[in-house]
Amino acid sequence: MSNLRDLYQEVIFDHNRHPRNFGPLPDANRHADGFNPLCGDRLTLNLRVQDGIIQDARFEGSGCAISTASASLMTEALKGKTEAEAAVLFEGFHHMVMGEATTVDLGKLAVLAGVSEFPARVKCASLAWHTLNAALKNEADPVSTE
Amino acid sequence: MFDVEALRIQFPILKREVHGRSLVYLDNAATSQKPRSVIDAERHYYEVLNANIHRGVHALSQEATDAFEAARDKVRDFLKARRREEIIFTRGATEAINLVAHSWGRSELKPGDEILVSEMEHHANIVPWQLLCEATGAVLKVIPIDERGALVPGAVESMVNARTRLVGITQVSNALGTVNPVAEIIRLAHAVGAVVLVDGAQAVPHMAADVTALDCDFYVFSGHKLYGPTGIGVLYGKQALLEKMPPYQGGGDMISQVTFRKTTYNDLPYKFEAGTPHIAGVVGLGAAIDFVHSVGLEAIAAHEDRLLAYATQQAECFEGLRIIGTVPGKASILSFVLKGVHPHDIGTILDNEGVAIRTGHHCAMPVMDHFGVPATARASFALYNTTAEVDALFGALRRVEELFLK
Repeated sequence: MSNLRDLYQEVIFDHNRHPRNFGPLPDANRHADGFNPLCGDRLTLNLRVQDGIIQDARFEGSGCAISTASASLMTEALKGKTEAEAAVLFEGFHHMVMGEATTVDLGKLAVLAGVSEFPARVKCASLAWHTLNAALKNEADPVSTE
Repeated sequence: MFDVEALRIQFPILKREVHGRSLVYLDNAATSQKPRSVIDAERHYYEVLNANIHRGVHALSQEATDAFEAARDKVRDFLKARRREEIIFTRGATEAINLVAHSWGRSELKPGDEILVSEMEHHANIVPWQLLCEATGAVLKVIPIDERGALVPGAVESMVNARTRLVGITQVSNALGTVNPVAEIIRLAHAVGAVVLVDGAQAVPHMAADVTALDCDFYVFSGHKLYGPTGIGVLYGKQALLEKMPPYQGGGDMISQVTFRKTTYNDLPYKFEAGTPHIAGVVGLGAAIDFVHSVGLEAIAAHEDRLLAYATQQAECFEGLRIIGTVPGKASILSFVLKGVHPHDIGTILDNEGVAIRTGHHCAMPVMDHFGVPATARASFALYNTTAEVDALFGALRRVEELFLK
């Protein structure tokens, strides 16, 4: 039996109730939208990237606890990272939520490891990260993980 | 006396467990579970009768054809249609609507003609008409709904006009449970010379459909919401309309004679049944109709109404719960949102408690937009559900509350 508490850890509730880096980013130079229409999860990610380093990351939108907490935790993790480091985190995060082994140090993001036990919710956790990928490539089309 | 326990034992799946708990299946508006008699009918078909129909001279082909056509007679009787030629088997309600949009629509509509659908339609009764409008230059108009989830009073009357060619309306809303006044809508549409397609997918498990009394021009439903197999559905059409309509798909069974110079089409209903159909599904649908008759639609509706009333009473006392769709006389659907919790999180936690509900937009995104919610949680009841299962639903919702709102 999958443990609900593994999925819904306190840190996740905290980030769901009080999402960090939530709101507009007026001087953003990278942007992408993520939308999972079946769930109704929708987010906009704004980044300020300078000399290959993510100086700031903020998001807006609405979604379930998993997608909101994932976006909130992601924006925290991204600040100060190079684009290459962000790509490594993306890979590591992806492996973790798919239940695969990873050597990447995910730090606080590891609280989302429980998602791998809930296959229907992997798309919620990964929406923000796929949106990040699109933002770094400055893709115009909205991203979906459904 | 409605003996729900005696009915439950006829549904093998209801014995299973989910996450170590007894399954509480409250996602019946998405699809219903199947009784033993339907499963046995399909099995019997494959074990004893299987052959292609309407062709062979051998015994199996004849017996398979007889079983297939006997199911058509059951559907005719179930819908109270006048003639068996008016019953077309399709893959489901969706394909039936597409058939009408394609065949009737493309041969009948011209630029400026109007199609009317309601704001509460399932995407299956929106998108085929949008495609038709793109192809023909016809215009899609939307009958608005009010804050209770009912059609705005007087809207249909004010919107139908000489340009209206078709009204597509659901009899029961899958997202809200609203029962629409289809007889009145049909009368108003006919007064301006428009035809009416009634989407009965959500209605047939709960109320007797009488296409002759309704006088609708087309009526569609799916087998799988009526305790029957997936992948099989029905289009009813008035014979005069079906006769005039060109074939939807070409192939075997729908032809009378084929040469490379000219092909003549088969008579109704076969003109619209190209290719080898889902014979086992049709036989299973016949068994499902027998099953529903054996319980009685009135008894089923009364039981479901009791469950809905019981659930609604508990929902109204549940702090932070908002019911989406509050029209009196709803059919068997409780759609809701919980303040501070996304429906998807509700769905996962309920699933962990063994309670299966639907969360999402229910293929009715315009309804979600209307109520300003991204999604809802939806519990929908069938003849085998019990008040204890309603209690389990609210027990599980308390668990959501504990986890999220403590």
